[in-house]
Amino acid sequence: MSNTNYVISETAWCPGCGNFNILEALKNALEILGKKPHEVLIVGGIGQAAKTPQYINTNGFCGLHGRALPAAVGAKMVNKDLTVIVHTGDGDSYGEGGNHFIHNIRRNVDITHFVHDNQIYGLTKGQASPTTDLGHVTEVQIAGNINPPLNPVLLAIALGAGFVARAFSGDKEHLTSIMVEAIKHKGYSLVDILQPCVSFNKVNTFQWYSKRVYKLDESYDPTDKLKAMEKAMEWGDRIPIGIIYREEKPTYCDKIEFLREGPPLIDRPVDIQKIKGYLNDFI
Amino acid sequence: MDYNILIGGAAGQGVETLSSVFEKVLQRNGFKVFSIRDYMSRVRGGHNFVQIRFGDQELFSHADELDGIIALNEETVELHIGRLKADGFVICDKQVAHADDRVMALPLVEVARRVGNARVSGSVALGAALALLGIPATEVEAVYSKIFRPDIAKQNAEAALEGSKLVQPRYNLSLPVDNLSLSKNSLSLPKGGESILINGNQAIALGALAAGCKFYSAYPMTPSTSIMNYLASKMLDAEIVVEQAEDEIAAINMAIGASYAGARAMTGTSGGGFSLMVEGLGLAGMLEVPLVIAEVQRPGPVTGFPTRTEQGDLKFVISASQGEFPRMVIAPRNAEDAFYQTVRAFNLADKYQIPVILLSDQFLADSTVTIKPFDFDGIRHERYITHTVEDKPYKRYKITPTGVSPRVIPGKIPGVTVLVDSDEHDEYGHITESAEVRRQMVDKRLRKLEYLKQELQEPWFLGDDDFDVLILAWGSTWGPLAEAVSMLNSRQRTRYAALVFGDVWPLPTKLLVEKAKKAKKIINVEQNATGQLASLVAEVAGIFCDFSVLKYDGRPMSPRYIFEKVREKE
Repeated sequence: MSNTNYVISETAWCPGCGNFNILEALKNALEILGKKPHEVLIVGGIGQAAKTPQYINTNGFCGLHGRALPAAVGAKMVNKDLTVIVHTGDGDSYGEGGNHFIHNIRRNVDITHFVHDNQIYGLTKGQASPTTDLGHVTEVQIAGNINPPLNPVLLAIALGAGFVARAFSGDKEHLTSIMVEAIKHKGYSLVDILQPCVSFNKVNTFQWYSKRVYKLDESYDPTDKLKAMEKAMEWGDRIPIGIIYREEKPTYCDKIEFLREGPPLIDRPVDIQKIKGYLNDFI
Repeated sequence: MDYNILIGGAAGQGVETLSSVFEKVLQRNGFKVFSIRDYMSRVRGGHNFVQIRFGDQELFSHADELDGIIALNEETVELHIGRLKADGFVICDKQVAHADDRVMALPLVEVARRVGNARVSGSVALGAALALLGIPATEVEAVYSKIFRPDIAKQNAEAALEGSKLVQPRYNLSLPVDNLSLSKNSLSLPKGGESILINGNQAIALGALAAGCKFYSAYPMTPSTSIMNYLASKMLDAEIVVEQAEDEIAAINMAIGASYAGARAMTGTSGGGFSLMVEGLGLAGMLEVPLVIAEVQRPGPVTGFPTRTEQGDLKFVISASQGEFPRMVIAPRNAEDAFYQTVRAFNLADKYQIPVILLSDQFLADSTVTIKPFDFDGIRHERYITHTVEDKPYKRYKITPTGVSPRVIPGKIPGVTVLVDSDEHDEYGHITESAEVRRQMVDKRLRKLEYLKQELQEPWFLGDDDFDVLILAWGSTWGPLAEAVSMLNSRQRTRYAALVFGDVWPLPTKLLVEKAKKAKKIINVEQNATGQLASLVAEVAGIFCDFSVLKYDGRPMSPRYIFEKVREKE
């Protein structure tokens, strides 16, 4: 029994927001995996999705806008026993935090990155995000968005991520199963979760997504990188959801012997006599 | 005994290697050494030099006048011969044309070629210089063996030996044997009275290791990079994560994540990188996550003078970030201070759950000095971590009389979860919009500052109680100032004393107020253009300086410079 439920009287989310389903799926996934609340760390940046750590009984770190990934990998590097999950939005992950997105895929620390991708800025009331479709009119993009959207799934595969998936908040069961696989994956895993914003995205609505998404079935081979990149580019009338690409590769901690072997770094005593010996470097 | 040798050349000519070998040979012969490094922001060409001052007494600073120049190119002679004493010498290759009769044009390259490698001409010059100075060359080979692979070490040692044959001894600077800094076994630990040769950045890095730092993330930035370099060289042995971040924002946020998770964590940068870290600094303050940051100053704003020195970031660092929260800023005054203050920074960061900034500068970072080995036996790791929890659920931000809440490491107590938030939060770490909670939390955080003030170290006092003029300074200015005060007082005229602050925020005022009352005049001596310490002292203590000695050309103040500037105002 994971007991990840927090007694929260109210969330800051709008009724009908996809975040509710994502939070439920997360709790289910942690329960399926048998994780206890104190074994899990959820890290968020800033935004509506980034408030997830507030609404679940696990360790929680609500940091800076765009900076969830650096804090998450820092925590994981020193305590490999923690299950570290980043929950944050498309603006936070791909806009403000774009540089960290790129380089943490390269680092391949064993963390899971769930992006609540509603293709809009919710908390700041409806400006274009890095994944907003072309032509989408907002109060800032008054003549419609002229900057083509970033494709996070394609980008992650191209950068060498070992687990890249897309899911839809409207299909909780499927989302849960993807989350379970993502958390189990050794190394950085990305799940781009399509999610309606009921208040500020009147284009990519629940119906809009429901009509388009289809589940990848067993005939799809997620280990073929080129095929995966092709699949990642499918966007429009039909949008695939499921595990787009997966590949086992050594994680950051695997590549450093003292992190790979033995107890977590935080549990090791400091050998002061050894450090004292470093005085030899200065004689 | 007090000698000053300059080694100069273009970037890439081996000035740094030659200088560090020279320093080590001096150290191993029992001399006290103080060297400064003047280098350009380039990889090849330009002009770099190292000034090595040495003697039989403790040295705190560099000096301007030169006893000797080892010139690896003609430019070095031209640029520095004006500072050479009348009886000084220049050692250079015979290709270097110069009319001055102090120049000893020697066949350095020719000899190097004969040894088998034109690139070891610097070692030929080293051998010649040591012979000229009458310093035994017995340690030369051992020093080379420490930095080069055996065949290269042997070639360099041979070059030095050949170089020694090119000159006749002019000085006789060897120290008595009982003064020797080392036993012959270079693997034994330094014993009492013996010395280590270390720079400010290495002292900070070693201090971090001694403090049990387990995580260092940084983005390379001169003049802070050598902290990361030293830590990286110990990464596997000391089991510390040293991660080069994609930018300074990542660096500080990674360190905060690691610290939240329970590791002692640190980041380091210079002013430009610190500018990027500012939001992260506020995060550490708001989350109440312990963090140590080394800010090694260089002249700004922005790129400024990348490889040079300044104390221009004091007021920025003490007030960086929006909002109000406690932090501590410590400006190490010398390499020894840098080591112990780094250990103290980690302990205070843990005790008060605050960011602590070590505010150093290029002068301290790159100057090497012989000092007595650090005392590791007195080092304590004070973590202030709780292993039991009274409140269920756990209150990460429990309101307490001191403002410090019991800290639990996430994952360490079954059933207990740790929630931290950059939003204003309640005692549990949950987001709040409550005016009352906001007021309580601001008070709680600022209460820590009041308790922290009880831990402050008063500034170091130089001179005698019986003084006329009080000089105020901070950080690395201590070295040149210590010598300048002695020089000023040796004239038996106006009597000078000085206070040199290490803790600069919060600013300790007890000794300041006491000494300021007695002073007929107060002068601030700072390596910046606006007198930032004077301004801080006025703000905090209502004490005003009568005039300032300021330097902001990127080059460190020498004792002579301070002496002259202070004397002008008498």
